Amino acid sequence: MLFKSPPDIRPSEITDQAVYLDRRRFLCTAAVTGAAVLAAPQLASAAVSLGEIKPGPFSTDEQPNSYDDITSYNNFYELGTGKSDPKVNARYLKTDPWSVTIDGEVSKPGTYALEDLLAPHAIEERTYRLRCVEAWSMVIPWNGIPLGDVLKRFEPTSRAKYVAFTSILDPENLPGQRRSVLDWPYVEGLRIDEAMHPLTLLAVGLYGEIMPNQNGAPIRLVVPWKYGFKSAKSIVRITLTEDQPPTSWNLSSAREYGFYSNVNPEVNHPRWSQAKERRIGEFFKRPTLPFNGYGDQVASLYNGMDLKANF
Amino acid sequence: MRRPSGWWRSPKPLVFGVCLVPLALLVLDGFQGRLGANPVETITHATGLWGLRLLLLTLSITPLRRLCGWNRLIAYRRMLGLFAFFYASLHLSTYLVFDQFFDLRAIWDDVLERPYITLGFSAFVLLVPLAVTSTNGWIRRLGKRWVTLHKLIYPAAILVSAHFLWLVKADYRESGIYALILALLLGYRLLPVRTGKRRRSRTAQANGAMGRVSR
Repeated sequence: MLFKSPPDIRPSEITDQAVYLDRRRFLCTAAVTGAAVLAAPQLASAAVSLGEIKPGPFSTDEQPNSYDDITSYNNFYELGTGKSDPKVNARYLKTDPWSVTIDGEVSKPGTYALEDLLAPHAIEERTYRLRCVEAWSMVIPWNGIPLGDVLKRFEPTSRAKYVAFTSILDPENLPGQRRSVLDWPYVEGLRIDEAMHPLTLLAVGLYGEIMPNQNGAPIRLVVPWKYGFKSAKSIVRITLTEDQPPTSWNLSSAREYGFYSNVNPEVNHPRWSQAKERRIGEFFKRPTLPFNGYGDQVASLYNGMDLKANF
Repeated sequence: MRRPSGWWRSPKPLVFGVCLVPLALLVLDGFQGRLGANPVETITHATGLWGLRLLLLTLSITPLRRLCGWNRLIAYRRMLGLFAFFYASLHLSTYLVFDQFFDLRAIWDDVLERPYITLGFSAFVLLVPLAVTSTNGWIRRLGKRWVTLHKLIYPAAILVSAHFLWLVKADYRESGIYALILALLLGYRLLPVRTGKRRRSRTAQANGAMGRVSR
């Protein structure tokens, strides 16, 4: 078979969710997992169930890509620049313990253990389209919490106009960070209204399992109407700012990667067309939709803006 | 095999077979579903890379003959060059068929507007007459002009290398290594050939691109 279709059975349907309630408890049940892995060797790389997940709004009913495709083909330059590198080098990302610092223009800044950051929120399932700037796309059943709900807890001040995200910096372990392909750490940013938009997700898993390292464990951003690189992975700091923050790909090549980087078939990358995309698993290219098909939800954020100038 | 003395005397069929291995592996991977999540991209990259590698191998024959005196290598240059063209054709076909599915408008826009596609397409256009005139008949008919015509491999190789460099997003290591190898192979040709010192090298130079003709 040249083109693989997603398997009928999702890993999340096989792993008994009742066995695991959270990843900490999972560590105590490693023996159980060992047995499960032995019983189902094809799931050896499949991770840990997140526990209870409620269905969230905005999910597409398109067929999601397989767990295997999602976790074996993506960009995560900290783990290497090839698209199979993140999976190969996934073990170099150390995610336990993990804490996130929230600072800048908020009334309640602080550094929080991941568990404490997530504790007050219910994890939702959001199946979103993902459109990479390289003109391929996937459908991914993310699990996460709306970023806006998290930010509100820390009470952004009236001067908070932007939100900056900083990814992990660990050149000793992360092979990609030992080369200056990008300025490390990876930084990304959103306008505050984009960050507060209900579509914007802080994802902690996919397919009902904790986020695989190669997809940006343990916590990453998902902004489905923007090109994939806007959705920073392995976030350690969220800073609310008055001024537009610098962003990694924009620093690397400003004329190719704008701050907004909304999916836009009308604005081509200087070196390739953005009019069409290859949905992973499909034979023919399909047309790319404005805002990656989320125009009804987000187009109003950009009323009166020239999207060709502010690409 | 024309010569009865066995493949070790004339290992051309062996070289021919080895040149087909990358394609065989690709086809095998295809049937076993091992081309990854984006098979079209995998095929595009593999065929492009092997086209470039074989082009560089073709260009390394002359330096190897001059440096090591392995004059018999000339017997393989045409085959290597044609295999470079073969993989380049597969690379272009993958783009035309799988990537654009004969969407002529999109293809034309790409060729005109996407610099790296412009470069790759130009390189292919330069290689076509070289492949066409690679037969003994054309070598005889064109005589000295054949040598001049086949110098097109130099600009073609530079275009291919630039095509590879230009499509990279940020990591220039791989495409940079190939560009460096090409620079060495072409730079070597700019060195003055020391005449008289080694008869062999002089002969090699005199034969130059005409290896086939002088046989």
